[in-house]
Amino acid sequence: MAVQSLFVVNKAGGLMFQRTYGETAPRLTPNDYLHLASTFHGMQLLVQELSPSPLPKSITAPTGGIRALETPSLSLAALTSPTGVQFFVTADVATERLGALLAEVYRVYSDVVMKNPFYVLDMPIRCERWESAVRGVVERHARLSG
Amino acid sequence: MSKASLSKLGDAAFERTDKVSAELLALTYGSFVRQLLIDYEDAEEVNAQLAKMGYNIGVRLVDDFLAKSNAPPCASFADTADIVAKVAFKMFLGVPALVGSWSSDRRTFSLVFTDNPLAEFTELPEKWGGVWYSNVLCGVIKGALEMVQMEVDARFVRCTLRGEDLNEIRVTLLQVLQEKPPVDDE
Repeated sequence: MAVQSLFVVNKAGGLMFQRTYGETAPRLTPNDYLHLASTFHGMQLLVQELSPSPLPKSITAPTGGIRALETPSLSLAALTSPTGVQFFVTADVATERLGALLAEVYRVYSDVVMKNPFYVLDMPIRCERWESAVRGVVERHARLSG
Repeated sequence: MSKASLSKLGDAAFERTDKVSAELLALTYGSFVRQLLIDYEDAEEVNAQLAKMGYNIGVRLVDDFLAKSNAPPCASFADTADIVAKVAFKMFLGVPALVGSWSSDRRTFSLVFTDNPLAEFTELPEKWGGVWYSNVLCGVIKGALEMVQMEVDARFVRCTLRGEDLNEIRVTLLQVLQEKPPVDDE
């Protein structure tokens, strides 16, 4: 049971970051990942439109949207920050603590990406400290989930 | 969420964050404002530059706040005011602020605080009486709230460096930005 792929998508649906950590995850072309990211972003908007009851009252960002998705062979967890950045992760089915993993990734993002003065908002994240910090989070998650 | 529990959230968030020396911050900020005064030689222009820099800080810092503060979502602008004052001010400046002086339409409020870590050692010379020394804070508030879809105007109206007994920032909600895409996109 392991984390396979991590995606970070900006509020316009553009892919900011994608890495594959699992050994069994399918390898796609960079273009495919771009498509995947923007499709998922569109799906998030769609499910919010489909919500049968009004979303919890909030004057800030949308609080609805997909948080978890299960198929017979995959678990997916998503976290949308109130600023509209979306983090989602694919993992082996029934992998636990994916929500906590994403919260940790968001904390790392707020530290090493947003506080890097040379990072331009909403652009792809190319930053060594972020790469290694995220890898650290994924490895810690693997250890904790045994 | 009650104001007391928000204060607790603020205290907890402050405990968790990495600290820098207050003196380093005060001195860095001070030399920075001085350099701006030398470069621009105009109080109004310096105020604008400080606000602009604050804005750029705010749009980045807001994610730090959201990821680490555990603050609940805001159901109203009044909630936002309380969270900025009790949680955000405490978390980033170490001092909480008070919310007061709501306008009758509930779109404008004041953030009031007495201790200002940015201005700890500062005495403003008469020549620069028009400078809002800590104007960077207004920019941070504006930038941060804009990222969560609230366009606000924030400006200092009182400052202890001008001989007043407290600092007051007036915050006005201009509009709640809608980020939803249009349904008919054909």
